[in-house]
Amino acid sequence: MSILEIKNLHATVETPEGTKEILKGVDLTIKAGETHAIMGPNGSGKSTLAYAIAGHPKYSITEGELTLDGENVLEMSIDERARAGLFLAMQYPVEVPGVTVSNFLRTAKTAIDGEAPALRTWVKDVKSAMGDLRMDPVFAERNVNEGFSGGEKKRHEILQMQLLNPGIAILDETDSGLDVDALRTVSEGVNRAKETTDVGIMLITHYTRILQYVTPDFVHVFVNGQIAEQGGPELAERLENEGYDRYLVGARS
Amino acid sequence: MTTADLKGAETVGDPAANENVGHAAGAAPVAAQAALDGADTTAAPELEDEALVLPGEASPARAALNRGARKRSFELGDHPRPKSDIEEWRFTPLRRFAPLFEDVATDDREGDSALEYDVTVPTGAPEPATLAPGEAPRGTALVPEDLPTAIASARTEQALHLVAPKNAELTEPFRVEITGRGADRRGNAHIVLETKESSTATFVLNHTGSAQYAQNVEMLVGDNSRMTVITLQEWDDDALHIATHHARVGRDAKIKHIVVSLGGSAVRVNAIGEFAAPGGEIEDLGLYFSDEDQFLEHRLFVDHAAPNCTSDVAYKGALQGKKARSVWVGDVLIRKEAEGTNTYELNRNLLLTEGARADSVPNLEIETGEIEGAGHAAATGRFDDEQLFYLRARGIPENEARRLVVRGFFAELIQRIDVPEIRERLSASIEAELSRSMN
Repeated sequence: MSILEIKNLHATVETPEGTKEILKGVDLTIKAGETHAIMGPNGSGKSTLAYAIAGHPKYSITEGELTLDGENVLEMSIDERARAGLFLAMQYPVEVPGVTVSNFLRTAKTAIDGEAPALRTWVKDVKSAMGDLRMDPVFAERNVNEGFSGGEKKRHEILQMQLLNPGIAILDETDSGLDVDALRTVSEGVNRAKETTDVGIMLITHYTRILQYVTPDFVHVFVNGQIAEQGGPELAERLENEGYDRYLVGARS
Repeated sequence: MTTADLKGAETVGDPAANENVGHAAGAAPVAAQAALDGADTTAAPELEDEALVLPGEASPARAALNRGARKRSFELGDHPRPKSDIEEWRFTPLRRFAPLFEDVATDDREGDSALEYDVTVPTGAPEPATLAPGEAPRGTALVPEDLPTAIASARTEQALHLVAPKNAELTEPFRVEITGRGADRRGNAHIVLETKESSTATFVLNHTGSAQYAQNVEMLVGDNSRMTVITLQEWDDDALHIATHHARVGRDAKIKHIVVSLGGSAVRVNAIGEFAAPGGEIEDLGLYFSDEDQFLEHRLFVDHAAPNCTSDVAYKGALQGKKARSVWVGDVLIRKEAEGTNTYELNRNLLLTEGARADSVPNLEIETGEIEGAGHAAATGRFDDEQLFYLRARGIPENEARRLVVRGFFAELIQRIDVPEIRERLSASIEAELSRSMN
């Protein structure tokens, strides 16, 4: 039963124009089994929130707290965070030439579990998870993300989530750029994880479309490095009709 | 069809515009990515250069290139002492290699030779023989083009001669274990490898221990034969080694030439491949790993002097540690008569740490328009932080993630080495190189 607590989180990044604050005091708690949609306009800092939680070295946390099950995440390295149960499905997954998907998955699983998975069940698990996501078995022998289409990359991210079984999963714009079929497949993957495990999900999205397939328990509107408003699924509907303009006007004044 | 596929040409005159190894897209949000890019390009310690000469072009690069017109002679007096203003020596640390520019005999002592040669011949091949200077086929392909090569030739009274007989299909490799007996001891060598008509053979030269070693390897690839040569530089840290390899490829013959440089203080391998008749094929593969203070230079020259020949060059190197240096210069000449040529060369370097430097220079000189294809690519990239982040975000510890990336970087090349035992040893050697700096 995981719980991720974010309190007054501030983060900066170095730019050629100097240090820029991107997160300006984020408060959010995600518990096991809950799905939180983080919605907001481009440039509001939602992706930065995801990367800051995962520990990307480009962001400095200048203030605030971040804990997972009471443990201080800010003191953990990137890989320690993952081993503690955090998972980030990336918006732009990176190519790793010469490293096959099957080798990558096994290496990651071994690192997360602290021991190599039992070969027979592992091969079966990978195969069935790939089948669920309608991924061709030859995928396992391709190099990580090399020559993958946008939809293939996102399926591969969800495949990892399914196999690594995290306590808290952050999905960073997993829905962006997908056609409806791919979106449906990816959403099914997320729903399967919700049904079969106790994962808490932070679903970062720019569009409301994915919320037709994955129902959030909470919706948070993210504007200018902060959560501007929160509510239930009905808030997503309101955003669908009104867009983000209301918040942007407010942010500027 | 004529195509000139000039990948990498966009980097001309802009040494900062290097692609990242692996073409990895940045995974960070845009604001941060911009910051990262800025930091990356200004600190980039790499240098790239390239030259392309097309027919009828009066380019100043031509005089520097003109690779086919270099003087060939057995006379020491015909070769100037290497200087940094001579094109082929401009990247080389001459003071370090200076002992190999001296005309000195092999430092063999009573019952104690400077280098030991342990030769294993496969079933079906004759016992090793020797060739005196001027005794054919010695000197029919390799005629020295520089001073250390001329010295090694003149100072080798009996060249080792290994032959695969006509039509022989030798499955086991010839093995030559070369062990240096001291970093202060000079060795000169000339080795002649030969595959007679329609034969198939593999030759493995393995260098360990330490020495100051000037070595020539002459390869006669008979008509319709298949020769594989693997030279492994697994020297101790204080060895000096200059090697000149020269292959003459017969009609419909193929050579696969593999250079692996991991050890030594300073190593320079110059691999020349020349097509003597139509239908030949040269596959040049190279893999190197340069550590702190180590200098590794690989030059190659593919001389398309006959029509309908194919050459495929791929060299990859990783560098780590202060003053780890590598140089790669790939010259390809497509002569007027070499119609129907197909050639591609690639060099990639991966800088694992700050303070390392890789130079990469592909030169392509084309004297005929009637070719199938000619292309080259060279890129030097720093270890990709986004790759590292991606792997670590999956729980994989940093050192293991680095290993995974470096292994992946070399994987495609290692898969092309057909001797399983060498593949395994190479993987293990790379692991060892990596663990040196990652504990």
